[in-house]
Amino acid sequence: MSTQSVYKTQKNAKSPAERLRTLVIYLLLTLGVGIMLFPFLWMVATSFKLPQDVYNLRLIPETITFDNYAAIFKKAPFAQWIKNTLIISLIATSTVLIFDTAAGYVLAKFSFVGKQLIFLLIISTLMVPTEMLIIPWYLIANELGWSDTYWGVLFPGIITAFGIFLMRQFMDSIPSDLLDAARIDGLNEWRILLHIAIPLVKPAIITLIILTFIGNWNQFIWPLIVLQTEEKFTLPVGIVYFSSELKDTSNWILIMAGTTISIAPLIVIFLIFQKQIIRGITLSGMK
Amino acid sequence: MIAHALKLTVRKSRELFLTRLSYRTQRYLFIYITLGIPLLYFLSTRLLPILYAFNVSVREWDLLSPSKPYVGLANFKALFTDEIFLKSIANTFKFVVIGVPGQLIVGLFVALLLHNIKRLRGLFRTVYFIPYVTSIVAVSWVFRWILMRNGWLNEMLLNLGLEPQLFLQSPRQALILITLTMIWQSTGFQMLIFMTGLEAIPRMYYEAAAIDGASAWRKFRHITLPLLNPVIVFSAVIGVISYLQSFGQVLSMTNGGPLNATTTMVLHIYNLAFQQFKMGSAAAATVILFVVILVLTLLQLKVLNKKVEY
Repeated sequence: MSTQSVYKTQKNAKSPAERLRTLVIYLLLTLGVGIMLFPFLWMVATSFKLPQDVYNLRLIPETITFDNYAAIFKKAPFAQWIKNTLIISLIATSTVLIFDTAAGYVLAKFSFVGKQLIFLLIISTLMVPTEMLIIPWYLIANELGWSDTYWGVLFPGIITAFGIFLMRQFMDSIPSDLLDAARIDGLNEWRILLHIAIPLVKPAIITLIILTFIGNWNQFIWPLIVLQTEEKFTLPVGIVYFSSELKDTSNWILIMAGTTISIAPLIVIFLIFQKQIIRGITLSGMK
Repeated sequence: MIAHALKLTVRKSRELFLTRLSYRTQRYLFIYITLGIPLLYFLSTRLLPILYAFNVSVREWDLLSPSKPYVGLANFKALFTDEIFLKSIANTFKFVVIGVPGQLIVGLFVALLLHNIKRLRGLFRTVYFIPYVTSIVAVSWVFRWILMRNGWLNEMLLNLGLEPQLFLQSPRQALILITLTMIWQSTGFQMLIFMTGLEAIPRMYYEAAAIDGASAWRKFRHITLPLLNPVIVFSAVIGVISYLQSFGQVLSMTNGGPLNATTTMVLHIYNLAFQQFKMGSAAAATVILFVVILVLTLLQLKVLNKKVEY
């Protein structure tokens, strides 16, 4: 009791030097916030400006216009690009969810011969850089007629080693007794996975969904290679195409409207699910 | 009566045996399906393509010609006389050498600041993390706009009475600026990894050091740094691998220019394969990159498996 109160008073009574130190820390962190957010603020600000104000340094434009957004939808198939990106991201997220969850569960909660070897095999695929795979993927896609299709973009990412690893880490914490109890009650393995294991790791499942969705939404090098026609592009590929076409006429307000559209959904998703995202990255980053 | 009971027991044990048997088959079926599909998938989309890439790398594989003759190591030899490839290796090395320490220092600095405050920690963490989840391509175009000849930064310099700079059009500044945007985008991730590492250090070490009257710097130097060492090594290797693969930012911000001052290995691979259609040379370059990354990963495993003694 006495030691605790001593500790408490020590903590509460701050010397001037300590107060100054705290103040400096908050100031530095606030400066950092400025550096982190300024590019986004400047992007949004530019996207709402009139053409004549584009080189004006004001962060809040004198006249706010939505014309730039209307213009980019007219100038490029932005709506189609959003649709493509959304469809591809949703399909990939669903398949990853199904396969990665089941595989991660089995690798965490079953024991059988060769388990470690299988896990190692799956994890070792993470070491292969995508750059080495894109040439064979491209040749295969060409051969099989998959280039310039949704499936062409999708096939390299319908199951991910990263997701299996993540789910295995989370599923590890499920008590085996609970699963055995369900087995004695006569539930079959699929039902146990669906009705017992998955509900227990719901936050982890949300983490997997969000990380996979964001990863697919942002993926660039492979769609850039496999997609050829403008109507098939995903947002990142579209942005590069659209911006490269426009930049000579210095149409920066339109480019910034385009990047705002491709970034805004991600920031919203992140702000809603930040707890799950940070948890997932911490766990997968650390182990 | 007894006969009846016996009959019941027999039936019961037979039922039990049957469920056991079906349980075993059911269990194995479950394992085969849940792991068999991913294994087949990784075999066909990862392992076989790697072998395919090796095969392409030893052939003269022009996408436009039907014959793909075997040329041995000629592609590799040609790469090492290709000036742009050599330049791209040097540039990639610069990205790694500036980017990795930069990212580690900035990330550790932010993590230490956050570790020392109580209020608003979550809010700061969220804000610093935002760039990490946004698209590399979109962000690159935003920076390109800020760094343009008459963009925001040059206007600011002019307002302050300073010379405007060439930035991305300057062979000297472009690479450093791209690296800075990469550091900017990965600060949140790095900070998060270090924060987790810092939380794992027992408080009692610091308390003991405080009793001994150790200064903040000494505490950092003799407690924080050594105990954080595994996390630093881990981050450094992950960082090296990701900076070795620099592509999206470079393609969007400079496309390798000016005068190939920012061309990276991956950008050169991309140009060889998909602009010049020289699949053989490009595949050979990917093999070189693969070997470098593999060696680094094995090194990481070796270093991390060594337990740090406190």
